[in-house]
Amino acid sequence: MSGHGSGRVERLLEGLAAGDRTAISEALNLVDDRRSEQRQAALELLDGLATRPLPHAPYRVGITGAPGAGKSSLLNALVEKLRASDAGIGIIAVDPSSQRSGGALLGDRMRLSGGARESGVFLRSMAARDRLGGLADATQAGATVLSSVFEWVFIETVGIGQSECEVAQLVDTLVFVAQPGAGDTLQFMKAGILELPDIFVVNKADTGPAAERTRGELESTLGLTASPEPGDWRPPVLLASAQDRQGIDTLLDALAEHRDQGLKSGRLEARRQSGEQAFAVDSLARRYGEYGLERIGGAQAVAQRLAAPGPRSIFAVVLELGREIERAVKPG
Amino acid sequence: MPNNPKLEQTDRPWMIRTYSGHSSAQASNALYRSNLASGQTGLSVAFDLPTQTGYDSDHALARGEVGKVGVPICHIDDMATLFDQIPLDRMNTSMTINATAAWLLALYTAAAERQGVSPDQLQGTTQNDIIKEYLSRGTYVFPPEASIRMTSDVVAYTVAEIPKWNPINICSYHLQEAGATPVQEIAFAMANAVAVLDAVRARDDVPEETLGRVFGRISFFLNAGIRFVEETCKCRAMTALWGELGRERYGIDDARMLRFRYGVQVNSLGLSEAQPENNIVRIALEALGVTLSRDARTRSLQLPAWNEALGLPRPWDQQLSLRTQQILAYETDLLEYPDLFEGSHVVEALTEELLSDARGELQKVLEMGGAVSAVENAYMKQALVESHTLRIQAIERGEQSVVGVNRFEETADSPLTADGDASILKVDDSAEREQVERLLAFRSGRNDDEAKAALQGVEDCLKNGDNIMPASIRAAHAGVTTGEWADTLRRVFGEYRAPTGVGSARGTLASEGTEAVRTRVDALSETLGRRPKILVGKPGLDGHSNGAEQIAVKARDVGMEVVYDGIRLTPEEIVQSARDEGVHVVGLSILSGSHSVLVRDVLERLTKEGLGDVPVIVGGIIPDDDAAALRAAGVARIYTPKDFDLTRIMGDLVDIVGEAAR
Repeated sequence: MSGHGSGRVERLLEGLAAGDRTAISEALNLVDDRRSEQRQAALELLDGLATRPLPHAPYRVGITGAPGAGKSSLLNALVEKLRASDAGIGIIAVDPSSQRSGGALLGDRMRLSGGARESGVFLRSMAARDRLGGLADATQAGATVLSSVFEWVFIETVGIGQSECEVAQLVDTLVFVAQPGAGDTLQFMKAGILELPDIFVVNKADTGPAAERTRGELESTLGLTASPEPGDWRPPVLLASAQDRQGIDTLLDALAEHRDQGLKSGRLEARRQSGEQAFAVDSLARRYGEYGLERIGGAQAVAQRLAAPGPRSIFAVVLELGREIERAVKPG
Repeated sequence: MPNNPKLEQTDRPWMIRTYSGHSSAQASNALYRSNLASGQTGLSVAFDLPTQTGYDSDHALARGEVGKVGVPICHIDDMATLFDQIPLDRMNTSMTINATAAWLLALYTAAAERQGVSPDQLQGTTQNDIIKEYLSRGTYVFPPEASIRMTSDVVAYTVAEIPKWNPINICSYHLQEAGATPVQEIAFAMANAVAVLDAVRARDDVPEETLGRVFGRISFFLNAGIRFVEETCKCRAMTALWGELGRERYGIDDARMLRFRYGVQVNSLGLSEAQPENNIVRIALEALGVTLSRDARTRSLQLPAWNEALGLPRPWDQQLSLRTQQILAYETDLLEYPDLFEGSHVVEALTEELLSDARGELQKVLEMGGAVSAVENAYMKQALVESHTLRIQAIERGEQSVVGVNRFEETADSPLTADGDASILKVDDSAEREQVERLLAFRSGRNDDEAKAALQGVEDCLKNGDNIMPASIRAAHAGVTTGEWADTLRRVFGEYRAPTGVGSARGTLASEGTEAVRTRVDALSETLGRRPKILVGKPGLDGHSNGAEQIAVKARDVGMEVVYDGIRLTPEEIVQSARDEGVHVVGLSILSGSHSVLVRDVLERLTKEGLGDVPVIVGGIIPDDDAAALRAAGVARIYTPKDFDLTRIMGDLVDIVGEAAR
């Protein structure tokens, strides 16, 4: 076992700065570790990452959609394209855990093809653990680790409701992958998650009319739910075929456009801030409940604390606020 | 008739074969000729995994696999050597070849032409059944649609040019090996046949009136398990269902074309490593199951060797299998009577039950778009993984008896296995080197321009939709190699990766043993700070993923996080995945006999990556000597077919990970 404390954290920070894959893996293990002394080291690491200037501007993309929609193969096609321009890519793929045993089958997906497995792409699978339909606890921290190394960070989740909300808070652009076939859209509308994605992709466009029909349905449904203010982003509905490598460039263009527009309008910065707030509030509420949260002044107080300058990661702030709640609710 | 129920003329026996081939074309040719001399009546060619998956013997992925599970065939000279002094106009040859079936048939046709034998004189079978490769056997290369197109190319070509050839042998065999129940075996095989027939019917170059002939050329390859009464009824049910399909779906009324023709290899799944001599009896009973009913009797039979679960059989082991068939065909009175079950209520009722369940299951697959869709959406694969899980569980709990394994385990020392690893065949390690040398010499001796032009011809017909066979035969004559031909197809079609079916497979039922391990896994999670994470992978070209899948599902069921990356991984990919995924233990599964080379490669790479402390366990058909060597090289545990108790293996994993974490 590796040593604890700041010597190890320093070594990991150096390793991450150098893009060392063993260090990336160890850092991901560390932020996933629940033992208290390891959590302390993890916080140190994340604080270190929060204060260190990065040589690149990382961009996070969420890929979500129903099982079988072809998320992995679409991601595979995207990665192939991005690799052609030498971009560094980190991927976190979240799979559900068995509610009965706590175990999980991960990585049972379209594998990254030979070229994509070369040094430029890093893939970590995570189990959602006890979070039914949600992200893994370590996903947020894992994304922070990968963002410190790679320009592109993808987070792939199985979409069954809850995970869309959580992944939307965590990424800069959320891509929803739909597959041709009736029924889907209606369900998503019911779930109220149709307003979250920034880009819709109807995969398996090789099916022709069926894909066109699904695109039409999605477009008209979106037209009903969203009436954008001028300057707002209007989610496009794209057609793609991961199998035939069709529509991948269009998707990359849409990603670039969403990013540029977000940077220019300031929306991206605001989204990242509100995403961090939501993460902090959710973590605290999950642990201490609404009652606990109110003891320190609720979501607003959390936002203020996060906005305060200081060399700390949001994870450290969450821990600090948690301690305050514990003190506040302790009798006497 | 009441006085003499005997047939007027005794039936001709089925085709007697042994599935064989190893090391090199020359060594296999010697084996074939000696088998024919001892009374075998047909040939059944086993190709090595590089040949089956379209790689030349000198390709990186072929390392350790050349000549292991079959014969390496890289070019026309190899094929000519394989059939040296065997007149192909009089031989009936069955070739177990699928993804690259069109190519091996092209090489066979070209080799025959060299002997002066024209295509229309050839008799035999190309297995050419790609769907079961996705489901069970794993030697697929191309995506389903492209594969079905090639299958139908071979069908269309042979019906016109090699009329006595069976262009496809729909295999339910491998479905049973993957855990299929009799109903699943029947239904999935029929769905598979429908996918091929529909594809052929949709072609412009197959006129409607030849559809009957196409139907008549489709043959099947069945499995026969130890429940031989049920297996007899399965064969009868398939005979009936095939007739129904022909009449109702394809409008065929010629009784000869409607006949259900099938060959059999009896079960390997049920052969035990413990008290392996018991397999001799199992094999004979299974052979009886598919020959007993005259109306549904197999056309050809291959019996495995009794010691298959230990390693590669020796010539003597194969001879014993051959003699078993000969006793059944020539010594017993089996072939003297009409169907023994005529008028049997019991057999009729069981057959009817299987038939009606199978109709329902077939309908279900057809409704989801047929076999290709049911591969892509993993329906069939998942159903098989689940059935297999139930089977293993029943053996583990003692509900299903396997004599010598979970009942009557006490045994005297067996003189048959007293010599240890001398009781199996070892492929000489020099076989690979010599094959590569021959390949290099062949390449430098051929006319490269001709080969290149012929390859271009293959590529052109792939792109403009012409039948691939004529161009492939030209390429065979021009000296194109197996790897070059397949690379061209990979370039045009892309490579496919089939769903593993484990992700959403329902797991095992709770049992006391499982609960106990689960508790230990929870405790271990506390020690580790996170759940134990295991990588399960299959290095090399071997696609038999059933064992690896069962380990993956079980590990999840006891509470581990499992990264299952499926088949055909290079050691480099496995180590990269182990590092990126941050796993606590690596499990490798290899059944092709290439374990020594591949496992060592993984161990070395792990050490180089600083992951030397991650324990490695290995499962497969691994002879004792090799196991000892692998343990010495650092493998934590080795499991062979006799280790059927998955719960115990999971307990070991907890120990191993716990020790490594200390």
